[in-house]
Amino acid sequence: MIAQVLEAQGLLTAFAFIGLVMGLSAAVSRYLTFGRIHGSAIAVLAGLALAWAGGSMTGGTHGLADIPMLSGIGLMGGAMLRDFAIVATAFEVDVAKARAAGLYGALALALGLVLPFTVGVLVALAYGYTDAVSLTTIGAGAITYIVGPVTGAALGANSEVMAISIAIGVLKAILVMAGTPFLARVMGLDNSRSAMVFGGLMATTSGVSGGLAATDRRLVPYGALTATFSTGLGCLFGPSLLYLAVRALIGG
Amino acid sequence: MTIYGVALLAACTLLGVLLGDMLGAALGIDANVGGVGIAMVMLIAARLWLLRRGLLGEGVRFGIAFWGALYIPIVVAMAATQNVVGAVKAGPMVAVAAVGAVALCFGVVALMGRFGGPVETMDEAEARQLGEAAAEPAGTAP
Repeated sequence: MIAQVLEAQGLLTAFAFIGLVMGLSAAVSRYLTFGRIHGSAIAVLAGLALAWAGGSMTGGTHGLADIPMLSGIGLMGGAMLRDFAIVATAFEVDVAKARAAGLYGALALALGLVLPFTVGVLVALAYGYTDAVSLTTIGAGAITYIVGPVTGAALGANSEVMAISIAIGVLKAILVMAGTPFLARVMGLDNSRSAMVFGGLMATTSGVSGGLAATDRRLVPYGALTATFSTGLGCLFGPSLLYLAVRALIGG
Repeated sequence: MTIYGVALLAACTLLGVLLGDMLGAALGIDANVGGVGIAMVMLIAARLWLLRRGLLGEGVRFGIAFWGALYIPIVVAMAATQNVVGAVKAGPMVAVAAVGAVALCFGVVALMGRFGGPVETMDEAEARQLGEAAAEPAGTAP
């Protein structure tokens, strides 16, 4: 009976459940780390841990959302509401500040495509992949888990390479989400310009928005703005320019 | 009215995603190209337009700010639906590529911050704005 109600009112269950997670995380932050680790950072880590638990229990690929009672979390954390909330944060963007990042932002966008792509291609080479399509698809996955499969589909990569490409992108997003709050000080993430550079370089919108949210909420719109453009550029250049570059270097 | 804010936000998001899809189709790729970014730029433009005409009421503001405030919980929900098991299980190559890419990019962010010269931090900007807001009424008084 209870399970039935919770499942039928999925989104409300998700609001209540995530509220509970946020509350517990705030308490852990205050009493166990004495405020040193931000409550949001703990909440994001808790979310990832719960996703692991959910995935292990059900054998599914959607973390907690594969548990029928908690399926509403899939809607709450899905693309529609995520994009809606990200766009809402743009309301706080200071136009003068966004403009000041100009050249740096553009440089970060370009580096955000080339650097992770190169790392991905080199690692794939080291693990014995030699054809340009597989190398490009795996390299594109190191940009984001959206760019990877889009590139792979456009180039006709096989499903094993696609899965690897997506997995690299997902792991990258997870690492950025979890690592950013701890390395924020080293990276100088305390102003709008570095947040825009960070967004452009990391490219993964979910990783950037999660990581910045856990660091300083005011930085989110600046990072998310460049990250979404980075992802878009990746989808554009992955199957075209980057593929042609790899083919020219590898020859095949 | 609060619903005007929510509606404006929804319209910007929908239009942005639509334009992103169209841009993708025009470029011959089956993906959304920068849709959220386009939507954010449109919302920023809409705010400036409303502000100039004096139409930016408390309700409109609240309708948008509410969703902005729900952003972190939504990100937590998103984190809870990632395929963490799959990413961990996929093997060492995945881990090497992801850790390498992230470590390199973190390093470059730190480097670019060093070379850029000083920038006003969010805390400083907020303090300055508070100061200006406090100074304004005194400045305009006859």
